[in-house]
Amino acid sequence: MPVHAYTPDYSGEVRDRVENFHGNQIVYLGWDHHLMFCAAFAFPVPPTLTFRQLRDEVMVEAFEPHPEWTQIDWERTTWLLNGQAFEPQPDVALIDQGIDHKSLLRFQTPDLKGFQDAGV
Amino acid sequence: MAAKKLSLKDKYSLLTRDLDWEFSYQDRKEAFPFEAFEGIKITDWSKWEDPFRLTMDAYWKYQAEKEKKLYAIFDAFAQNNGQLNVSDPRYVNAIKLFLTGISPQEYQAHQGFAHIGRQYGGVGARVACQMQSLDELRHVQTQVHAMSHYNKFFDGFQNWSHMQDRVWYLSVPTSFFHDARSAGPFEFLVAIGFSFEYVLTNLLFVPFMSGAAYNGDMATVTFGFSAQSDEARHMTLGLEVIKFLLEQHEDNVPIVQKWIDKWFWRGTRLLSLVGMMMDYMLPNKVMSWQEAWEIYFEEAGGALFKDLARYGITMPKYAELVEKEKEHVSHQTWWTFYTHGHAAGFHTWIPTDEEMDWLSEKYPNTFDKYYRPRWELARKLEAEGKRFYTKALPQLCTTCQIPMLFTEMDDPTQISYRDTVYKGERYHFCSDGCCDIFKDEPEKYVQSWLPVHQIFQGNCGGPGVEQVLGEYYKMNLGADNLDIKGSPDEKRWKQWKGVA
Repeated sequence: MPVHAYTPDYSGEVRDRVENFHGNQIVYLGWDHHLMFCAAFAFPVPPTLTFRQLRDEVMVEAFEPHPEWTQIDWERTTWLLNGQAFEPQPDVALIDQGIDHKSLLRFQTPDLKGFQDAGV
Repeated sequence: MAAKKLSLKDKYSLLTRDLDWEFSYQDRKEAFPFEAFEGIKITDWSKWEDPFRLTMDAYWKYQAEKEKKLYAIFDAFAQNNGQLNVSDPRYVNAIKLFLTGISPQEYQAHQGFAHIGRQYGGVGARVACQMQSLDELRHVQTQVHAMSHYNKFFDGFQNWSHMQDRVWYLSVPTSFFHDARSAGPFEFLVAIGFSFEYVLTNLLFVPFMSGAAYNGDMATVTFGFSAQSDEARHMTLGLEVIKFLLEQHEDNVPIVQKWIDKWFWRGTRLLSLVGMMMDYMLPNKVMSWQEAWEIYFEEAGGALFKDLARYGITMPKYAELVEKEKEHVSHQTWWTFYTHGHAAGFHTWIPTDEEMDWLSEKYPNTFDKYYRPRWELARKLEAEGKRFYTKALPQLCTTCQIPMLFTEMDDPTQISYRDTVYKGERYHFCSDGCCDIFKDEPEKYVQSWLPVHQIFQGNCGGPGVEQVLGEYYKMNLGADNLDIKGSPDEKRWKQWKGVA
């Protein structure tokens, strides 16, 4: 049963459907084992944004306070899209490579262990 | 001739059970329409044992006497400038968190009990819920009055009722109660009466009230004492409802178990706020969150669930996970507030050297390894003049609405991510517990009012975060928020104490 309600066939309003974001979609970005940032970030971005724009223009402000940010070698970085291994195409629109509304992108930088090598 | 004075027993009967009547021309099912849809089977309401044995006239008399004393102490506190006797201005931020995060939920509890106090076919349960409803209303009033004195001297107390429905972290307790209040009457009672009031309430009240005592806050301590006898009654009601439901019909057992699992999990997530208050916000510390969890849940709750085993009830799902989380959650939560200190309605800070040593001692397995490095990074940045405030908004859990800050317990530097797809939409969760709750009733939680998404939808003013905080949340920016260092609260305190 999708809900235990008094009203028969009750259904709820989907509050976060993509139409409510005025042309944007939400993309979450998390840097694994880097807990200076307490949680992944949420960004409202146009679905037509390229991956390169996302990485170099949107993510940078949020992530650059980390002392290791400038040391990231994007060639050696691995990615997960909604839990699955993912190879981003830098110049393709997000939506055209499967990064849709409320997708979670996680990246791993195994050479960088966080502040004091403590996953921070 | 009737006796002039009724015996206690007669009075009790007339003022509780006798308030009901036989229905001659109406169907009871129509009079109590919400009683059946949750699947709970009640075969005989007369088996309900009234937990309070209290009549309304005695209630008024007793509460009036208590409150007379309580308000005398509030007056004395105000006249003697009691605010000057708190341990440290940082302490007052724990009280801001209480007023904004907890007091409005007392009001929601009042509303919830008033509603279900109409919905049961059994008069005993109705009367008990109505009394608890009045207690909760009195609690919000007395809490507001206890803390109003601080509002004259410190920032951050002025807009608590406005903030309740709006501020990102206050959506956590607010949505917790919305979830309970929009459930059926039996789930509400298991959620609030049993899982919260009976199983977890000591973890809320004891730390706050002892914390107040350890930190010289006599107004809050006195409120705590005054509420104690009410809390004891609430616990009795919580336990009675569980036993009653389980004894009424065996089909109730799996339903009740599911509710216990759900509300235990939701309650522990909510209490992460109390954990950070104990470990980080109290300048004079009572005990660690881990110690409190061990005493008030593992020992007391363990005995309770042993007792309930004869009905077929088992320990709440994920209790084992929470046993591991007790060494982590307070650190993870305070770090979240510290890094979002620009968006909080109270001040945040880096723990002092002595406090960090205390944390190392209390959390030998986790603090030095995982959390001290976070504070050392914070110190380094602060020393460089770059006090760290996060620059983007966090991903939230759809169910508990807390930023997705909790980590895997077998890999504590890795955020715990869970998700599910329902009707083509993806939903994210901080834990299996929150994901399971969603999957059981997705039509309910697809409606979650997630503050971050609401900001992005343009429903909270803006467009910038500053406008959301200042205009929509009505925080006084530069006064209510940011680090305690350099805050007007700190400056005033130093003036009062004559220190530079």
